[in-house]
Amino acid sequence: MADSNNNRRKFIATTLQSVGLTALGGLLWSGYSDEVKASPLVLRPPGAIKEDDFLTACIKCGLCAEACQNRDTNIDRKTGLAKEGTLKMAKGGDHKLIGTPYFIPTDVPCYMCEDIPCVPVCPSGALNQASVSNESGELDINKARMGLAVVHKESCIAFWGIQCDACYRACPLLGEAITIEMHRNERTGKHTFMLPIVNDNACTGCGLCEIACVTEKPAIFVLPNEVSKGKAGDHYVKGWDKNDEKRIENAEAEETTTELSKEGTASGYLNSGELY
Amino acid sequence: MKNIKYLLLRRVTQIGILFLYFAANVYGLNILSGTFGSSLLFETIPLADPYTTLQVLATGFVLGADVLIGAAIITLFYFVVGGRAFCSWVCPINMVTDLANWLRRKLKLDKEEVNYRFIKRSARYWIMVLGLIVSAVVGIAAFEVLSPITIMQRGIIFGFGAGISVVIAIFLFDLFGVRNGWCGHLCPLGATYSLIGKASLIRVDHDHEACTACMKCKVVCPENHVLHMINKKSIMVTDGECTNCGRCIDVCDDDALKFNIRNYLK
Repeated sequence: MADSNNNRRKFIATTLQSVGLTALGGLLWSGYSDEVKASPLVLRPPGAIKEDDFLTACIKCGLCAEACQNRDTNIDRKTGLAKEGTLKMAKGGDHKLIGTPYFIPTDVPCYMCEDIPCVPVCPSGALNQASVSNESGELDINKARMGLAVVHKESCIAFWGIQCDACYRACPLLGEAITIEMHRNERTGKHTFMLPIVNDNACTGCGLCEIACVTEKPAIFVLPNEVSKGKAGDHYVKGWDKNDEKRIENAEAEETTTELSKEGTASGYLNSGELY
Repeated sequence: MKNIKYLLLRRVTQIGILFLYFAANVYGLNILSGTFGSSLLFETIPLADPYTTLQVLATGFVLGADVLIGAAIITLFYFVVGGRAFCSWVCPINMVTDLANWLRRKLKLDKEEVNYRFIKRSARYWIMVLGLIVSAVVGIAAFEVLSPITIMQRGIIFGFGAGISVVIAIFLFDLFGVRNGWCGHLCPLGATYSLIGKASLIRVDHDHEACTACMKCKVVCPENHVLHMINKKSIMVTDGECTNCGRCIDVCDDDALKFNIRNYLK
């Protein structure tokens, strides 16, 4: 009897220990995994699905990076050897989710190959071919939205009044993704400000403008869409645009109840005689 | 030469496969491209790692057909033919842990009673299940963020960076920590292949009549509990944890061990 009691005690103890250690491991592991996926400032290949889903879907096979490296146009004209490809695979120490593809425009920008070698090879669905195809199903790199170029006007010398259109000229969608806006330079009275303006509806985020920028640290740079874009929300509608009204078709009314509204209407408290 | 036959064959296979992956990226030689996570053989046949695939599926993401077909092909191959052969014939970490294990024996670290046995061999199955749970909770393939296997493979193909530290850590753990610590106790990928390969056809066969009980096989075997029949019974090594590395066959001076095909009809 005493023996079976001992056995039972031992069984319960070792079971508890296993469960406890598994829970400990699970907590550490979850915490670590959750931290390593938090790297918002990363540019993904064309056709990449939303960053959060991309981190889930990418199976880290590197087929996109290999296709990018070995594309026909990636040959150095002087040496005849392959140049460094655009897409890199995140290594330990890169502070991006390890094994996922990304690019840094100032190292190698995306040259927007018309046949997009990196996307069709993706086996997992992390790179969505439909998102970079036109209505007839042909690949169309101009549909890619890898990020959005942003101009920091205080360091952009065109905003100082110095003539520079390096980014405008480097843009593969010349005159579409970056347009030049002209303003009179009141300081000199006889010159023109030629200001680069990025257009969200055309910019693919390829980064050719960023590497072309002449300032010490580029004044135009590509940021991921999640970071570079704002959102007006359902409260604001372009009343003059029929299409914009569709945007809020499914909007839900949101009612907020504050301490003040509990006491009555706004006009009520204004007439209550108390001073705030 | 006789006693390193399978060791040599394995190294040639491992390095050959790694070279094909490397050449696909560096020379554009598309025989075997991608990484273990998902590969393409001859630019047409998809191959994918079953455990990685399970982790992504655990997050709820519906993977592309290529990965699912690839994982099915790999699973079928090891289920029917190879057993747990991935671990000893393909995985690059095997070279690291084999080196650690060899050094351990040379330095006599096992005899000095410094083999910490605080981890059970069954821990890997817990880790395997835990990896799927953590994947589901966090929403990314959890083992892939720290897997030394794919980190080492990608390191060879695309460059290591700080990832080399994970490989060194595994080496130190196996050398100074637990004997066969990584491959034999912790690795959830090995656990997956142990389960997949349990019923496979290729097996090590033991001939009790020829055995002189020198126990050399048990010394070199990274999973030596699977050799429980040595000098006892003439049966096959049917434990799924056997990696089919053939090291026991190499070191046997009595021809008491050889590869054989399991006969289910008998």
